[in-house]
Amino acid sequence: MTREEIKGTVLRILGEIAPEADLTRLKPDVSFRDQLDIDSMDFLNFVIALDEELDVRIAESDYPKLSTLEGCVELLDSRNTVTVVTKTAQSPASLGQDDKPS
Amino acid sequence: MADFVMPTLGADMTAGTLLAWMKKPGDEVKRGEIIAEVDTDKGVIEVEVFTSGIIDKLLIEPGAEVPVGTVLAIIREEGEARGAERPTVTAPSIPPEVSKPAAKISPPTGQPRVHISPAAKKLASELGIDLSQVTGTGSGGRIQRADVERAVSAKPEHAVARDAPAERQERMRRTIAAAMARSKREIPHYYLSTTIDMSNAMAWLATENLKKAVVDRLLYGVLLIKAVALSLHEVPELNSLWKNEKLIPRPEINVGVAISLRQGGLVAPALLRADQQNLDELMKNFRDLVKRARAGSLRSSELSEPTITVTSLGERGAESVFGIIYPPQVAIVGFGRPIECPGQVDGQVVLRPAINATLSADHRVSDGHRGSLFLSAVDRFLQDPGKL
Repeated sequence: MTREEIKGTVLRILGEIAPEADLTRLKPDVSFRDQLDIDSMDFLNFVIALDEELDVRIAESDYPKLSTLEGCVELLDSRNTVTVVTKTAQSPASLGQDDKPS
Repeated sequence: MADFVMPTLGADMTAGTLLAWMKKPGDEVKRGEIIAEVDTDKGVIEVEVFTSGIIDKLLIEPGAEVPVGTVLAIIREEGEARGAERPTVTAPSIPPEVSKPAAKISPPTGQPRVHISPAAKKLASELGIDLSQVTGTGSGGRIQRADVERAVSAKPEHAVARDAPAERQERMRRTIAAAMARSKREIPHYYLSTTIDMSNAMAWLATENLKKAVVDRLLYGVLLIKAVALSLHEVPELNSLWKNEKLIPRPEINVGVAISLRQGGLVAPALLRADQQNLDELMKNFRDLVKRARAGSLRSSELSEPTITVTSLGERGAESVFGIIYPPQVAIVGFGRPIECPGQVDGQVVLRPAINATLSADHRVSDGHRGSLFLSAVDRFLQDPGKL
């Protein structure tokens, strides 16, 4: 999957969660949680949708990075190439500094 | 025979519009089954039946807006023979809008006859006023034109089925205003606040979530809801309703959760018997409840049976919230955004995750001492999250 395709998927999922939002005005380097008023439940649903559609293992420690469009594309693109390895190794990311449950 | 009536789905709901019947006469229904859809300012509500039996008669047709308490259908209860005739008593309907089919309603044969002046009748019909809700001041309780005029100023706006989102939002805002104004007018609130150390809870949650598939991950809000539900066993008077100047203790713990809606406004449907559910069940039901609240498809029991409310502002909210009690409940528990507070570990001052918890409670029912015991119990349960 190309970066453009990943970006398209992320925007489509966000559009389903925040149907009233104008996503063309989304600033890619600023948290979309603030821009789109995404609460913890919305964010969890966003991560669940990414997990289902892209088949990428996402740990809670990835959440801070996933809160901007740019961060999403970067992280998902890097996982995209190693999806199979990550999935079979079943190696969840270790608990990091940022690993706060939301 | 049992009456199936238009339910009250919130403190200030006065009427609802029947949208559809899910059953027809002769159909068997089981307690808890959804038999009708009703449109309210909280969205389309699936209405459950509270008795098992067979549908004998449907009295109201889809499209009609009727006051709360109006008999919508007659149900022959299990073991009851057919044909046990009884007069059907229904309140008159609020006339639906022009595009809606007119409702056929049986005349209120079993009620004492109320005299209404022709002018009052005409005005009420023009303004869509329900005459059963108007108090007559004429001789013998006769309803006069002036009585209808008075009722107009007191009457909340009624809209009919599936209106535009902006209109629904406006209606919801008015409903919230009415409920909250009533609460502040009638309920002598007292407020308590405490800060709860969340180190154990957050660490436990992070470890648990590592083991879980994404779809099964828990949010910390579920720990808060469960801790509140369990604490109510220790201070049960907070899990009560106040009706007609009397305390009505509730045996079941149905925790209403305040859910903000994207287009504005909020609803607080209940997680039924929250104390009986494990965290995984509670999370699954919480996710489902939020999804349905935002999609506008809640069930009647979720709106009519909360026994207490929890409002949590989430990660991006303010540090604390002092809620306003939703009548006829007698308490609301508030949680602010998770913060970091200095705490002591092995003689060192370190920053620890914490959350501010508040209780707004009805002073007619409890006092600050009992309220404090409740907040202490919530704190205690959150220190041992594995047992929640």
